[in-house]
Amino acid sequence: MENTSQKNINNEDQSMSQDTTEKSKVILESKKANVYYGDMHAIKNVNIKMRENSVTAFIGPSGCGKSTFLRTFNRMNDYIDIFRKEGEFYINGKEIYQKDVKVEELRKTVGMVFQKPNPFPKSIYENVAFGLRIQGIKNKSVLDEAVEKSLKQAAIWDEVKDNLKKSALALSGGQQQRICIARALAVEPKVLLMDEPASALDPISTAKIEELIYQLKENYTIVIVTHNMQQAGRVSDRTAFFYIGELIEFGKTKNIFTNPKEELTERYITGRFG
Amino acid sequence: MSQIITNQELALTQLREDITDMMHMVHRQLDKAKEALETLDTDLASEIMTIEKKVNATELRIDKECENILALYNPVAIDLRLVLAAINLNTQLERIGDHADGIAEYIINEEIEEPFEKEILEAIQYNTMFETAISMVDDAIYSFIKEDTKIARWVFGKDVTLNKINQKSSKIITEFSQKNPERIKKYLYLFSIMKKLERIGDLSKNIAEETVYFVDAKYIKHKDKFKKKIKDQMDKKD
Repeated sequence: MENTSQKNINNEDQSMSQDTTEKSKVILESKKANVYYGDMHAIKNVNIKMRENSVTAFIGPSGCGKSTFLRTFNRMNDYIDIFRKEGEFYINGKEIYQKDVKVEELRKTVGMVFQKPNPFPKSIYENVAFGLRIQGIKNKSVLDEAVEKSLKQAAIWDEVKDNLKKSALALSGGQQQRICIARALAVEPKVLLMDEPASALDPISTAKIEELIYQLKENYTIVIVTHNMQQAGRVSDRTAFFYIGELIEFGKTKNIFTNPKEELTERYITGRFG
Repeated sequence: MSQIITNQELALTQLREDITDMMHMVHRQLDKAKEALETLDTDLASEIMTIEKKVNATELRIDKECENILALYNPVAIDLRLVLAAINLNTQLERIGDHADGIAEYIINEEIEEPFEKEILEAIQYNTMFETAISMVDDAIYSFIKEDTKIARWVFGKDVTLNKINQKSSKIITEFSQKNPERIKKYLYLFSIMKKLERIGDLSKNIAEETVYFVDAKYIKHKDKFKKKIKDQMDKKD
C-alpha cells in the first residue's frame, strides 16, 4: 500500500513540472486517506494535492471510490452510519475532520453539485438565495445582488432574469443544473465539487455546463467526477484515475490521455478493461 | 469467458492490417525495382506501376479510416498514437512507392537503354546502397508490426551509412561523367536513382520515428543529440 501512496505522489510531482499552475496554492489535499464502509475498504491510502483555480477530474469504473473520495471533502459521508475514515483531509491548509470544524461552515467553503439536478420546489430566486437566507441574510438588495451575480456566473441569468419568481422545477434539466450551480456559488465557496454534473443532460446542456466549468475555474477550484472520458479531457487540467479504491495515477490531463504511465490507466481509458 | 470485441477495436485492427499490407506492397515494389534495373525488364517495371495503383488506393483508404476512427471513437493513449502515426506512415509509405514507381518509369520509357557498367556500380557502392535502403524499409516495417523500437533504432544507424555512400557517389559519378562525356545522360539517371535511394532511407527513418512515437510516446524528430549518438556509434564501427 505504501508503494501505491509513493507512486501517487511521484505522478503528481511529475505532472506539475511543466504546469502553468505549478506554483499555485494547494487548496485540497489528502494524506494517507482511507475510507471504510463497515468492513469494505472504499479508499486506500490516497495522497493527492489539488491546486487553486484548477479543474481536477476523477475518473474510474463504477464503485472505484471516486464519488466517495469527492464527498469526503465536504463531509457528505458523515451521514452514513458505517462510514469511517483514516488519514487527513485538508481544505486550504485546515484539516476538515478536526473537532473544531463546523460542517455548516465547511460547506460554505466547499459547494457541491450532484448528478441529477435537485432544485428545491421553490422559485428560481429562492433557490439561489437559499444558502444566504440560512446564513441569516435578510437585506433584499444584498440578496438581489447575490442572486443576480450567481445566476450570471452560472451562465443562466439571460434565460431566467424575467422569470425569477417562476418555479425552478419548471425549467429544463440543463437549466435546473445551472440553477443548482448558481445556488452553490451564491454562498461564495472556494471549492466546487461536481459529481457527474452533466451525466443526465443532453449534449447542448452538457456543453453549457462544460463551458461554465471553464469560466468558473478563474475564481474557484473545481473537482469533477465523470464517466465521460472526453469530458474529462475537455474540462480538466489534471486527471486522477481510481481503481478499487486506489489512486492509480494522477497527472496532467493531456499526459494521462496521450501517454499514461500506468498500464491499468491505459487499459481503462482505451476501453480494454476486464 | 469470451472477450467482447468493440467496433473501435475492429477499426484499429483493420487500420493496422491496411498499414501492414501497404508496407509489404511498397517493399515488393522496391525488390522489383532492384531486379528490373539489373535486367531492364519492362514487364517487371509494369508490375511496379500496377502495385503503385494499389498503394495509392490503400493510401486513400487509410486516410479515410483514420478520419473515421477520430470522428467516431475519440481514441486516446496508444490508440490515439496509432492513428496519428498511421496518418504519417501512410504518407511516408506512399512516397517510397512513388520513388520505386519513378525507377520503373525510367525502364518502361527506355530512358536507361543498357545496364550500368559494373565498374561504376562498384565504385559508388550501388549494391550496398540499394540493399541498405531495402533493409531500412524492412526494419521500419518489422519494428512497426512487432512494436519493437529497438529494431526502429537500427534504421537511424543505417541512414548514416546511406548518407555517407550517397555523398561519395555524387563525386564519383561526376568524375566518371568527365571521363566518359558520351555517357552523361546514363550517369544522370544513376545519379537520380542514388538520390531516390537516399530519400527512401530518409522516409524509412521517418517511419521508424513514428513507430517510436506510437510505441514509446517519445518524440525523436529533430533530436540532434540522439542522431549524433547513433552517428558516433557508426563511426566507431568504421
